[in-house]
Amino acid sequence: MNEVPVTLWVNGQTYAVRVSPRKLLSDVIREDIGLTGTHVGCEHGVCGACTVWVDDRPTRSCLMFAIQAEGHAVTTIEALAQHGQLNVLQQALHEEHGLQCGFCTPGIVMTMEAYLHEHPNPTVDDIRDALSGNLCRCTGYQNIVAGVQKAARVFAQNSSGATSAAGNESTHLSEGGREYV
Amino acid sequence: MADVIGSALKRHEDIRLIRGKGQYTDDMKIPGMVYASMVRSPYAHARIVAVDTAEARRVPGVQAVFTGRDLKDEVGMVPTAWIPPDSDMKMTPHPALAYDFVRYAGDAVAVVIADTPYIAQDAADLVRVEYDAMPAVTNPRDAAKEGAPLVHEDIAGNVAFHWKAGVSVDEVFNKAEVVVRHEFRQQRLVPSAMEPRAAVAQWNAATDELTVWVTTQNPHIHRLLMSGMLGIPEHKLRVVAIDVGGAFGSKIACYPDEVVVSWAARKLNRPVKWTETRSENFTVTTHGRDHVEEVEVAGTKDGHIQAIRVKAYANLGAYLSTAAPGVPTILFGLIVNGAYAIPHASAEVFGMLTHTTPVDAYRGAGRPEATFLVERMVDLYSEAVGMDPLAVRKINLIPADAFPYTNPFTLQYDSGNYQGALAKALEMVDYQQFRKEQDNLRKQGKYVGIGFSTYVEMCGLGPSEVAGAVGFQGGLWESATVRVHPTGKVTVFTGASPHGQGEETTFAQIVAQELGLPPEDIEVVHGDTAKIAMGWGTYGSRTTVVGGAAIHMADQKVIEKARKIAAHKLEVGEDDVAFEQGLFSVKGLPARTVTFQEAALDAYLAWSLPKGMEPALEGTAFYNPENFTYPFGTHIAMVSVDPETGDIELMRYVAVDDVGIVINPMLVEGQIHGGLVQGIGQALYEGAEYDDQGQLLTGSFLDYAMPKARFFPKFETAHTVTPSPHNPLGVKGVGETGAIASTPAIVNAVMDALAPFGIHDLPMPLTPRKVWQAIAAKGGTH
Repeated sequence: MNEVPVTLWVNGQTYAVRVSPRKLLSDVIREDIGLTGTHVGCEHGVCGACTVWVDDRPTRSCLMFAIQAEGHAVTTIEALAQHGQLNVLQQALHEEHGLQCGFCTPGIVMTMEAYLHEHPNPTVDDIRDALSGNLCRCTGYQNIVAGVQKAARVFAQNSSGATSAAGNESTHLSEGGREYV
Repeated sequence: MADVIGSALKRHEDIRLIRGKGQYTDDMKIPGMVYASMVRSPYAHARIVAVDTAEARRVPGVQAVFTGRDLKDEVGMVPTAWIPPDSDMKMTPHPALAYDFVRYAGDAVAVVIADTPYIAQDAADLVRVEYDAMPAVTNPRDAAKEGAPLVHEDIAGNVAFHWKAGVSVDEVFNKAEVVVRHEFRQQRLVPSAMEPRAAVAQWNAATDELTVWVTTQNPHIHRLLMSGMLGIPEHKLRVVAIDVGGAFGSKIACYPDEVVVSWAARKLNRPVKWTETRSENFTVTTHGRDHVEEVEVAGTKDGHIQAIRVKAYANLGAYLSTAAPGVPTILFGLIVNGAYAIPHASAEVFGMLTHTTPVDAYRGAGRPEATFLVERMVDLYSEAVGMDPLAVRKINLIPADAFPYTNPFTLQYDSGNYQGALAKALEMVDYQQFRKEQDNLRKQGKYVGIGFSTYVEMCGLGPSEVAGAVGFQGGLWESATVRVHPTGKVTVFTGASPHGQGEETTFAQIVAQELGLPPEDIEVVHGDTAKIAMGWGTYGSRTTVVGGAAIHMADQKVIEKARKIAAHKLEVGEDDVAFEQGLFSVKGLPARTVTFQEAALDAYLAWSLPKGMEPALEGTAFYNPENFTYPFGTHIAMVSVDPETGDIELMRYVAVDDVGIVINPMLVEGQIHGGLVQGIGQALYEGAEYDDQGQLLTGSFLDYAMPKARFFPKFETAHTVTPSPHNPLGVKGVGETGAIASTPAIVNAVMDALAPFGIHDLPMPLTPRKVWQAIAAKGGTH
């Protein structure tokens, strides 16, 4: 199949690539752009491992063609840790042992980070519901839930103005990544 | 410095994994790389009449198409590595690509290699294979019936082996006051690691060396087996498993796929990558469990179990996978008495071939099946004698003063305090109160139940002498090298091959504790046959137990040599030097010290070493365990069943596990959680189903019910600590306990809830439909 030029904006950088129109966004991110943190677990949109943000919305990159992403901002797991430091959610998952083999983890981080943007005070049941679109075979989920709870607490503290100005609504939660528990 | 062993150190490996910086096999990209896609049989059983590759070859970008006939004379059969003794086991010749018959839906018949994975997959669809379809059999007991279709023409009755253990218990049964018989279907499960399998092979024509990056739990076993199949000597074959995204037994086996890719890389002299699709993971990657079991228990009217007799038909699929024959025999049959002092026991297993995906180890591997049947039988027996299942457990559990305890199959349980774990669990659950509430709720038409699993398992595989005696075609010891660098930093090389367990952290804790170093000064290297002398891999909850013990022994060698260097520097005798927390000091003169780092530097400078001492500082050890380890515990499940819908809610789950000494409590808890969800998944959700033509009906995550976060309450976990007396670290292993213990606890709880309906057993998974139908069949709630 003929390749077509496409310009993708990924993690704030522009990538001009030539890809087949049917090539999945997940494959282009991994193979053409070289960001292998986005993992492909099922290729039918069930497991959530390939979740990235398209215009800040969590999106299964295995269910989207790369050419559909032209003109949109794509964000992958690689963008979340800033200056080599884990962001709040990543740090909380680390502290709560919310990952084992790590394969599903990037998708879970992308899903739950976006979820916390919109649901700053989730209950445990809310978190478990939100997490149920992502499959993890290692952790039994309990410590992922604990990590998300912890991150929510940190965000709440931050946005109450107690520790920093990270409450600025236009600021990505990931950019508050240097706040630690 | 506080103890590092026993502390909840955060994981070293997280930092790369959580940022998307792990390196999984499919992340590999090599210039000039081409991609493989397999052509697989849609039939469960057929004769291959013809394979036409012409159209596929014409697709632009296709580099090559190979069929079974192309590989036939160049690649050896995919072997099994376990031959149970006295079982008359038949080998099941397994060509890397089939050329005469296909024996399960998914059996590969050709491979297409192309410039991109998309082209390879397109062209694979254009390979025309003419099949002569034949009847199939999928159920292991049906496969034994007269006239069943044969999986391998020359293996009569589809019996790959017939294995027996124990002595005749007929007389005990004949005289018994109470005999309870039951049949269990241990359903087939799909391990479903989140990372699909993958392999990348690169041939170096100048040096005749092949490097294979592959998703494996045991790279050295892969090297050994692939060397034989490909005819590439071991020293010219490097197998690397970088980050592996979960396995649970499904990445033990040496699969045809990685052999095909390796052969093709050499043939084409180009790097070749193959990554399975999730569909292939369902149809080709090994499955777990799948037994039909006829179980009998004999006992007295007052609750003393005297004998257990087990006859099992174990479904092994179409070919004997790498470890497959060991799973339903040694790892199952020898421990069917569980944690109970049942004096008489016998087990008989038919290893059955069927037209299904090969079955191999899946988390627990044999021990979940054994634990399930004995824990369920204790409940059914309790019901038969009209006693409380808790009371019957208390009567029959092996007493704490009976260890080491020799079971009826001559396994020696190393240590235990089963009553202690049970008591601790009962501190967390008010059993009598639950029973009272249960009575009250039943009067209101609400059905709750409680279920126990007072389990033991054997792990820490294992003594190599025993491995040989039970037919494993390898050793089960482990290697470690602790290499101290001139600055006192340490690299540890382990033959274990962790893939999510966090052993880079656990192993660093062992070394940090023993050498008195900060954990961040220690790096753990695993999964590369070019870097690690030898290793048997990670499975059977053996990594900390056996691999950790090897590291402990290597540490001792390092300390011994460094002590000599320190004594030399301090100008005192070796015996006068103490070593504590990274500091050598003269006994009685604590001010005269040499740091571990100073000793390391001296070892490398070699300007002034004790006479005759070799330079450098490292220790290598090979630890061969003297016995298995036997973790145990008590799990209690509390469920409520909605009789109107059949829906089961897990209200509480309490797990008290004794895994010996705990090195990192956070990681141990993580292992237990993961195991619980897999074990509960078997009880309530998961099950692979074939139709009668051998088509897998549950071939995607839309059809196979993987456990999700919202299915579970918060697990309540606790520990007792009974060190293993023979393991240098006192550890017992934890990787499989959750999966082994939890399944029967759940089913026991559900059956307890359903007791008022006269329902005593239902086949797993206990789906709402099945439960509702069973209630309806008993007249419903009215």
